[in-house]
Amino acid sequence: MVASEVLLSGQSLPGKAPVAGFTDDDRALLDEIGDTIIPQTDIPGAKAVKIGAFMTLMVTDCYNDRQHAAFAEGLRRINDACSAKYGTAFMGSTPAQRTELCNALDVEQRAYGLKKAKGDPAHYFRMMKELTVLGYYSSEIGCTQAVKFVEVPGAYHGDYPYKKGDRAWF
Amino acid sequence: MTDQNYDAIVVGSGISGGWAAKELTESGLKVLLLERGENIEHITGYVNALKAPWEIPHRDRITNKIREERAVLTRDGFMHEANASWWCKDAESPYVEKRPFSWFRGYHVGGRSLMWGRQSYRWNPFDYEANLKEGVGVDWPIRYEDMAPWYDHAESWAGISGSLEGMAQLPDGKFLPPMELNVVEKDVAARIKAHYSDSRRLIIGRVANLTEPHNGRINCQYRNKCDLGCPFGAYFSTQSSTLPAAVKTGNLTLRPFSIVTRVVYDKDTKKATGVEVLDADTRQTYQFSSKIVFLCASTLNTAWVLMNSATDVWPDGLGSSSGELGHNVMDHHFRAGASGDVEGFEDRYVFGRRANGFYIPRFRNLFGDKRDYTRGFGYQGSADRKGWSRDIAELGIGAPMKDALCEPGHWSIGMGAFGEVLPNHDNKISLSKERKDKWGLPVLVMDCDIGPNERRMRKDMANDAAEMLEAAGVKNVQTHDDSYSLGQGIHEMGTARMGRDPKTSVVNGNNQVWDATNVFVTDGACMTSTSCVNPSLTYMAMTARAANFAVGALKKGEV
Repeated sequence: MVASEVLLSGQSLPGKAPVAGFTDDDRALLDEIGDTIIPQTDIPGAKAVKIGAFMTLMVTDCYNDRQHAAFAEGLRRINDACSAKYGTAFMGSTPAQRTELCNALDVEQRAYGLKKAKGDPAHYFRMMKELTVLGYYSSEIGCTQAVKFVEVPGAYHGDYPYKKGDRAWF
Repeated sequence: MTDQNYDAIVVGSGISGGWAAKELTESGLKVLLLERGENIEHITGYVNALKAPWEIPHRDRITNKIREERAVLTRDGFMHEANASWWCKDAESPYVEKRPFSWFRGYHVGGRSLMWGRQSYRWNPFDYEANLKEGVGVDWPIRYEDMAPWYDHAESWAGISGSLEGMAQLPDGKFLPPMELNVVEKDVAARIKAHYSDSRRLIIGRVANLTEPHNGRINCQYRNKCDLGCPFGAYFSTQSSTLPAAVKTGNLTLRPFSIVTRVVYDKDTKKATGVEVLDADTRQTYQFSSKIVFLCASTLNTAWVLMNSATDVWPDGLGSSSGELGHNVMDHHFRAGASGDVEGFEDRYVFGRRANGFYIPRFRNLFGDKRDYTRGFGYQGSADRKGWSRDIAELGIGAPMKDALCEPGHWSIGMGAFGEVLPNHDNKISLSKERKDKWGLPVLVMDCDIGPNERRMRKDMANDAAEMLEAAGVKNVQTHDDSYSLGQGIHEMGTARMGRDPKTSVVNGNNQVWDATNVFVTDGACMTSTSCVNPSLTYMAMTARAANFAVGALKKGEV
């Protein structure tokens, strides 16, 4: 369960220390990162569901101090990584560069996840990916266009036909 | 002050208290139902029940604010954002963990009947005899035959769906039509049945969700949002079932925000005369009088009320003359089992969200099987296709990952065991001498743990699950044994056990406290052993049985 791993691993945190709030620039950057992770195809991508605002809401309200700090630091690190590779910050990079960079970061976060100490925050890109997936598929666009959601099914069929390409249930 | 006098007072409005209120009011008694928390109205009080996923701000994840108020609840996954307000704030109502104990409470009208798992199984005849045969704890003063008609009664009213199986270890009941196993579960069930020559069976869970309209309630709509309250009234809760029945009689008074601080005891008559109430809102103290008192405050709080009562006669409280009040805390130990991947069935899926899974009834230490521990366990589980939250390592990020997550993943299946916990006098709760709650009332000190019998059982709980899944052709089978502490099963039992002898038990075979026979304990506190099946149906049946006895005894002037 990718989407819950970070959130369930948080320790209890009475009196979470105030961390500098996220800015509109942060949210704009996260919109672009999210839209690289889940781009527009024949249906809208993560930017269309305001994924930057969702990610900062979740980090602020649900993450513990160390996770929050690791995520905030990740915003700087992703720009550093982009500059080192392409000579430009993330916002100035091309869609192809963004996809290449984020795929590399995804490989990096997987390797990091295998060796990190239990209790340490996840790699920042894992957080961004998990929050993007969670925020996107549980959004109105996600539930109604990417997957299917029926509020009142009214019945259960345990042997229901499926063919490749049919949408999953939320 | 006529409104202070009632025929009966029921303390607590959860599954047991709701049943007591229904049965007693229907018998013509004027009943005061006391609930320590707020009222939650049926349907209109289920504020998140009809919200779409995107209308829950943090998409049902736990926020830091919830975590601070309800830290204990985050130890397991029962609480989520949309129903967090229904779980007790342990910051307001703390307790002391001398040894680790997880206490998940619902302080509102309906109690945990609003959030319960709804799995509903009868105990079997062996369960009621095991203590006697094995010399464990004390003997139950009742047998399956005493309970059978009351199981009939409880099932018939509550509406339990399930299949008739004819298994001695899981007696059939008065069931509504069963829910459906899905295609993979049916395949696994057939393979298990064949592999074990029908000595083990995978069946659909017996669940307090209606599969057809029942007693004016609408059948299950397969939304799987039961723990937000059901606007259709399709699962059993106090609100959907017993409370409206009690209200309909005109004999019920429901008083929320009423913390019962003690049973008022009369030394001369050796009876209770009523209860004392602290208004949780105004902090005023009230006394209400009645001929009988039903304690249904949930296991540990029922013991708490008793320990706070008649302390001028017994320092350790009403019912403590046996030395067993607060002792023999039990639960079901769980969080051990196995899971794996299922190949094939790519052209099969499900429609609807079934609020139920499969059940594998107990097979250990029965019918000639003998293990290095006593008693046994049953499994609950389900098979399903993976959803969008699955990890797809090879697809990285971008459109390929997005497209893949729009489709269901492969099938997987998992199951976890619920195991019987033996009564042990050393597992006890007591009143703290120092620590107080928000209302200045002493809090409970928990001092209990599972023992060697449960630890040996846990090995089988994990390994037997893996063996069955492998026998059924499931791939990549992995066992798990996540740590468990008492209370996590949310099946707390014991502390005021039923028995045949006032020297070794707190209540008799009719749920009367030996030391005050007009006080009845009918929730989990009265349990003498735990079986391995979910306990709530037994509380319903036990409460109805005791209420019937109490009404008869009142009429004959015997209480």
